[in-house]
This record gives sequence, structure tokens and C-alpha cells, in this order.
Amino acid sequence: MKIIAYSAVPESANAPKALQVSNDTELATLVASGALDGVQRVELHFPKFTDGRAYSQALLLRRRYRFAGDIRATGDVLIDQLVHMHRSGFTSAMLAEGVDAAAAERQFARFAAFYQGDVHEPRPLFAREAARDAAREAALEAA
Amino acid sequence: MYQYTDFDKQFVKLRAQQFRDQLERWERGELTDEQLLPLRLQNGWYIQRYAPMARIAVPYGEISSTQLRTLARIAREFDKPAPELLAHAQATQDALQDAQPGATLPAPPLRYGYGHFTTRTNCQFNWIPLSRAADVMDLLASVGMHGIQTSGNDIRNITCDALEGIAADSIVDCRPFAEITRQWSSLHPEFSYLPRKFKIAFNGAEEDRAAIGWYDIGLQARRADDGSVGFTMKVGGGMGRTPIIGSVVREFLPWDQLLNYIEAVVRTYNSYGRRDNKWKARIKILVKSEGQKFIDAVEKEYKAIVELDGAPHTITQAELDRVSSHFVLPELKAANLPSKVSPQGQLYQRWLQQNVRGHKLPGMRTVTLSFKRPGFNTGDADADTLNALAQLAEQFSAAEARLTHEQNLLLPWVHESDLPALYEAARALGLAQPNIGLLTDMIICPGGDFCSLANARSLHIGAAITERYQDLDELFDLGPIDLHMSGCINSCGHHHSGHIGILGVDKDGKEWYQITLGGSDGTDLSGPAIGGKVVGPSFTAAEVPDVIEALLGTFRELRRPGELFIDALRRIGHDPFKQAANSMRRPKADEATLTEHD
Repeated sequence: MKIIAYSAVPESANAPKALQVSNDTELATLVASGALDGVQRVELHFPKFTDGRAYSQALLLRRRYRFAGDIRATGDVLIDQLVHMHRSGFTSAMLAEGVDAAAAERQFARFAAFYQGDVHEPRPLFAREAARDAAREAALEAA
Repeated sequence: MYQYTDFDKQFVKLRAQQFRDQLERWERGELTDEQLLPLRLQNGWYIQRYAPMARIAVPYGEISSTQLRTLARIAREFDKPAPELLAHAQATQDALQDAQPGATLPAPPLRYGYGHFTTRTNCQFNWIPLSRAADVMDLLASVGMHGIQTSGNDIRNITCDALEGIAADSIVDCRPFAEITRQWSSLHPEFSYLPRKFKIAFNGAEEDRAAIGWYDIGLQARRADDGSVGFTMKVGGGMGRTPIIGSVVREFLPWDQLLNYIEAVVRTYNSYGRRDNKWKARIKILVKSEGQKFIDAVEKEYKAIVELDGAPHTITQAELDRVSSHFVLPELKAANLPSKVSPQGQLYQRWLQQNVRGHKLPGMRTVTLSFKRPGFNTGDADADTLNALAQLAEQFSAAEARLTHEQNLLLPWVHESDLPALYEAARALGLAQPNIGLLTDMIICPGGDFCSLANARSLHIGAAITERYQDLDELFDLGPIDLHMSGCINSCGHHHSGHIGILGVDKDGKEWYQITLGGSDGTDLSGPAIGGKVVGPSFTAAEVPDVIEALLGTFRELRRPGELFIDALRRIGHDPFKQAANSMRRPKADEATLTEHD
């Protein structure tokens, strides 16, 4: 996940084609309208860090609508929510003013795995473990 | 009870580490109070009237002797206010008492050093300083305990019937399903910032003992004719300012679709639930305002999860078997301790009748220890009691106990032959009052003595009612009555679902109490879940015990032989009860003063 400090220099003229989507936008309608065609980055906005609608939007954009470009979190973006954002499909985050980008990086090291699936690993832990056990058994049999 | 895997244990430890890091950053000023707020809530830490409150999860109420001893240690070593804080808190409470001249009841002093059992089978502590929070969480993690999602606008800790898997009327043991759902919901990336809290309850028996109609999602296990297991799912129940019973969205959801369907419900709620008004943000408001449109949206989302997303969280038989196997049936050895209890004694017989229930396994019983006793707040256990409970569970119940929705503690694995010795031991601890299900087995929130949301105190009213109804002959004559009391409209004391409900309200700094009649949590005794109806303008604290007595007097006068309170209330209607209640109003203090000066 690309973490961008609030003070970072704005991107120049050849910035990717971006679409700003408010968190009450109906994604199905947006996708059907063709508004995402040619878009390289979707910016999902957090008016307050406690407003979690954009997590669902990011997940649906990735998983259901197969959006392959950058999904950026903007607005009230703090560091303790970054792992949730990453797992929901955000690929970049513009931190809110005053938030230390260095402290943000550290948050990704803590948990090696989670129970439920996410956009990177759609299978829940139990399915991953079952697949691992099956692979191990198959390897043993082959040997 | 559930035996944690290495992954589960590590997960809880990492969560405690994460919380320590967050608290340290807050102490260094890198996180504001507002930014820390949801992080600490998601670990069960509130800031209350005088001190933080820690809410510790006890999944499905199941707790081991080792864990009880850890709670005892926390009660003793950590649940201690600094002397100046306690003095300030007591002085403030005394001033509150003095502000209700002639209109209140004697108030017991503030207590510390207690764990408090809640209706959602958590254990709360009221005095732990935030500076010691990380140490407490580490200590809890060492015995597989935590406060994950016991608060905050997320999927809260999941509850079940306290007799799950051991009830004589069990259809399906829901604990494995609840645990699978708990794991799925823990640190959920998409659903950690919902519009408001979200509570899920399971019930696996014929009788609904988990109040599922009152939940955001209530799941009743069913077995189809072909033996397959599924759930009737209700969505949109809740108490608070707008009491609503959940609507059935699926009559029979196959068990393997549980997570997929819950995902559809929660995603719909996350996207469309109101965020502009805290009081209208629960899913019940969305379900109520949108009706069938909401159900259609959920069905559409569910279909997309299955058909477009590949339904990755479909539960496999292997996973159900794996989790089920972690609910290990303990080794059931009888204690065979000697006892001097006379089996025909009236007290013992009454205890057998009220506190002992049948069991799925032959020769076994479940025993409820009563935490409704004079001199103690409802559901409170100090360190000595918690340690004694640990020992009692070891001796008589395979080192396991369960917290109940009614704020008591149940021993799930008691041999019938051990009942006299257990009775004797429980009695020595003051936990053998034969009042389970009776008037004094009240549900009561901590109220205005501790809670910053409360509009009025509740504990002194509980104490007064407990004191007034100590005569067991009278209690048994009155029969089963659900008396529930909340110190504010947030309804932690479930007043809406009480046969008699008491709700604390505040008018100009004075404490008042609204009385409701005829509520039900959904048990066989109480009938389908429904909210009670208000009897009239609110009463002073001093009037409340008289009102209760008047209601019960009316019941005794009008009942048919053998008729229960709730049945009589429904047959006769509320009017005579209302009249009796309203006749207990005393002249208002200012009116009385005027009369004197006249």
C-alpha cells in the first residue's frame, strides 16, 4: 500500500485519470454508466475516519467490479485504519494533516494472518488451512 | 467450552500488543482522544462517570476456573480507585443523593474490587485506570481472554442461550456456529466502522432463552424434516429509544450459508444505515423505514455474494467439524463429597425447584448460582467470590462455568448425586438463594453510580426491592416475574422486556422512574418478544418499591388459582394495575412544603 503524507508534493500534469467517488454513491449505477471506463484511480473519501462506507465500496470495486487501477483513500485517513483499508482493496492512502507516515508503515507488520478472507486472500483462515493440510497430505502420498 | 488453537491464542496476544501500542501513542500525544476513542472501545474500554470501565468478553458465557481466577486477580489488584478519586466520586454521588430530598432511597456506598456480570455475558470492571489497561489486557490474553469488539460500532461479541448444547430441549448446539461467526467478525476489515453497534445472538433450543427477537440479528436453529440444520433469521430487533422486534428475513437459512447471508445484511447496513443521527443509526431503523425494500436489497446482495463473488465464506462440513471438536466435552467426574443437607428440607427443595434444571446428559444437572443477594449489586462478584467460584467449578462442574443473560453464574456439568454437597457449598458462599426466575432475580444495569450515559441510579432501587422481598414464602407465592431495570433509555438493563420494567429518566437534575408492564424477552413463560407499555408519568425512587408492591398486590387480588403474573396481566389488562401504581404517588416535595407553610 502506498502511503502518502499530507505534505507530499501534488502530482504533476501527467497524473493518472482519477475519479472521485463520494461514499454514498451507488456503485452498481456508477459502473453501469461507464464512468469507470479508462479511469486509472478511484478516490474514495472518508469524511470522518469513523464513517466506514468506503470500505464496502473498495471491496466491491475490487472483488465484484474487477477494478484493477489504484483505489485511494482520501479525507480523514489515520494510521490505525490502514490495515483495514489495505485488506478492503485500497492501494494508496493520502494521510490526513499531521499524521506521521513513518508510524503508518509499522502497522502492517503486526498480524501475520486474519480469520476472514479479504481482497488479497478471499479464502477465510479455515479454507486456507484446509488447503494447506490437503497439499501436505498430497505431498506425503507422492513421496 | 471452546479450546483455543495456537492461532487463536496468538491472535489475542497480538491484539493486546496492538492496544498497548495505541495507548502509548495516545499518551505521547500522537493520537487525540477522539482518534483513540473507537480503538479503545473496540477493545472494551469506556471512560465512565469517574473512571474507565473495562468490558471483558466471555464468549457464550463459558468461563474456566483458570479464567475466573484471573478475573479475581484483576478485581483484587487492578479494580482499585486512588483514594482521592474514590472520595471525589462518593462526594459527587452524595450530592446527587442530597439533590433528591424526600424522593429517594438509601444509597449504598460506591464499591470497588468487583467483577460485574452483564446481560450479554461480559464481565465488567469499573475502576481500572487507563494507565494499567495494557497490563490488564496482557494478563487476560495469558488465559485466552480479551475485550475484542465488546464495544464500538462493530459486530459485537456474540451471545447464546446459557444452556447451549446442554439443555434438555436442545435442537442444535449453536456454540460452534457462534464461534465460526465470532472468528469471521473479529477485526473484520470492512465492518469495523459501522453506523452503530451490531449484535448477533443464537438460540439452539426449542425455547428462546437468548432474547433473539431483540437483536440486530437473531438466529433460531432449526432441523428440517430431512435432518438438515438451518436458521430462522430475524433482523432489526433492538431496545433503546425505539424498541422493535426483529423481522424474519429467512425462515430457513441453510447452516453453510450463515456467513454469506450475515455479510449481505451487514454490508447493506454499512452502506445504507443512517449516520446523521446516533439515535436512528441502528439497523432496526433501516429495517423499519425500508421494510420489504431492505429485505430485497439484502437478498440481492446475498445473490451477488454467491453468484458473482464465489461465496468464499461458505462454511464447510470440515470446518464445522473442526470447530465443534474444539468444544471439548470435559471429563465428568462426580465430586462425591459428604453433605449434611437434609434432602427433604424446604430450603433445599426450593433451591432444587428454582435453581436446578434438567440436562441433555442423563444423571447430569445444571445449577444456577444466584447473584441476586442482599448487600451486593446484581451480578457483582468480588475477588474472594471469584476465587471460590473457580474452586466450586473445579469440584462440581469440570472446572467450567457459564455467565447467564440474567446476570447469574451457571454450573453446566453437575452430577445429580452431587446436588446436596453443592448446595451446601453454594450456601456457604451466599449464592444459594432459591430465587432464580422469581421477583428478586432482577436484571439491573450499573446505572448512575458508574455509567456516564445513565440518567438515574438503579442500584439503590434494586437494593430496596431485594430488601423488601426477602420472605421466600412471599416470593414463591408471587411466582415467576421478570423485573428488569435500566438507568437510561439505552436499555442495558432490558427494561423493555421485563414483565415489570423500570426506566430511569432525568428531569432537571432529579431522578425519575418510568414503569412499564407486560414486556417479554421471548421465553416460553413470557411469550413472544414484545416491549412493555408505560403505566403513566414517572415516579420518584422512593415511590418505586411501593409501586412494585401495589402492582403485586393487585395481581394477588385478581389472579386465578395458579395463574402467573404475566398471564394475569394479559388476561385482565393493564388498567387495574395502572390505577394501583398511580395511587402510590406521594405529594410532591414542593407541594408538601406549600401545605406546611399554609
